[in-house]
Amino acid sequence: MLNFTLWDILSNLLLAARWTVLLSLIAFVSGGVAGLLLLVARVSPVPPLRIAAKLFIEVFQGTPLLMQLFIVFFALPLIGIETSAWTSAAVALTLFTAAYLAEIWRGCVEAVPKGQWEASASLAMTFPEQMRHVILPQALRIAVPPTVGFSVQVVKGTAVTSIIGFVEVTKAGTMITNATFQPFLVYGLVGLIYFALCYPLSLSAKALERKLNVAR
Amino acid sequence: MSPVNTSATVRPLVKLSAIRKSFGPVEVLKGVDMAVEEGQVVAMIGRSGSGKSTLLRSINGLERIDGGVIEVDGECVDPGQIDLRALRQKVGMVFQQFNLFPHLTAGENVMLALKVVKKQDKAATRAAAESALAKVGLGHKFDAYPSQLSGGQQQRVAIARSLAMAPKVLLCDEITSALDPELVAEVLGVVRKLAEEGMTLILVTHEMRFAREVCDRLVFMHGGRIAEQGPPAKLFDRPSTPELAQFIGMVEAR
Repeated sequence: MLNFTLWDILSNLLLAARWTVLLSLIAFVSGGVAGLLLLVARVSPVPPLRIAAKLFIEVFQGTPLLMQLFIVFFALPLIGIETSAWTSAAVALTLFTAAYLAEIWRGCVEAVPKGQWEASASLAMTFPEQMRHVILPQALRIAVPPTVGFSVQVVKGTAVTSIIGFVEVTKAGTMITNATFQPFLVYGLVGLIYFALCYPLSLSAKALERKLNVAR
Repeated sequence: MSPVNTSATVRPLVKLSAIRKSFGPVEVLKGVDMAVEEGQVVAMIGRSGSGKSTLLRSINGLERIDGGVIEVDGECVDPGQIDLRALRQKVGMVFQQFNLFPHLTAGENVMLALKVVKKQDKAATRAAAESALAKVGLGHKFDAYPSQLSGGQQQRVAIARSLAMAPKVLLCDEITSALDPELVAEVLGVVRKLAEEGMTLILVTHEMRFAREVCDRLVFMHGGRIAEQGPPAKLFDRPSTPELAQFIGMVEAR
């Protein structure tokens, strides 16, 4: 029987953690872009856009991430789109992130006083101009802390992708456990890795919140 | 129609015809007709809930009307109108709460719409903003943020921001109501100067002395209609409706 040193285990987990980080980054960045588009649709003066965005958000907030992942992974091939675990994971997490960020940001947009909309409207600015020059710059300030806070959810959300065989740190933990029969040690390390990724994010969200409150 | 300025040859700059507006089941404007000629200064007075603010806000489409036609310098707006850009370029508005953009300096507040809406180049917007701020006596506050200005100064920046767009008519919605008493005069001074320069102004105001001194015409609104209108002296001294007499009694008792 092979013997595994602690370093063997940890180094393999850390290698897999790269994929956790990369998947988180992809989900967060592309989810952020998609979320911004979704937000604009959600608060736009065009009713069909608003309704479509609301529906999208409700569906993704009202179903488990795991189901979303299954649907992307198993359903897309049924309609002829072949997906790898990688792309399925990235697509599902992007859509999930977009829905949540759009909703978080909508709250921030609504926190901008109505007078700002009226003043910019009375200066003959159109909706996109109002968003870009008046509303979003103000909403952004309020949005930073909850956005950074939500990134923690994205990092933890990547764990779910282990189910469809994407080898990130949780999946790597399972595989290593199968070889070493030391689940407590391995999953303990996996947990520590997640904590090391998430805790700095939580801390910076708190720090940003304090800083922006003081600046107000 | 207005009993003053009956010169039929002058086409009014602002013409409101049969304006109707409801909030839910409550009809706040019940078919209002009003005309304002170029260079006129008109104050709308009346109790809260009489519809004066709603009427003012409908003139630049901030309140969507349910019936009637708004005409400003040839731009017609009826209830179905979606694109209000042309109208709003001709109608400036100053608000009770100033509504300056807090993330921009005074100068940037004035320049924003010039750049974005009027597509003027950098030098032109800068020059227009400087002259607009100088006009309200705040040329030296170009780089100050709204939070660094007093309420009176913020309101003057807001006036400059509207003026820079070169509107045909300026709407003022209770623009001194949110100010500390000692700051009211500086804002009214600016409005008075604009009136003297021939700017067309429509004001909703509670400053009766100011209305009396500066305005050509007073419009008294009651229950969603214009109950009475005419020269300030006549309305104040010889009100013909009991509602106006009562209103004047109320404001003068203060």
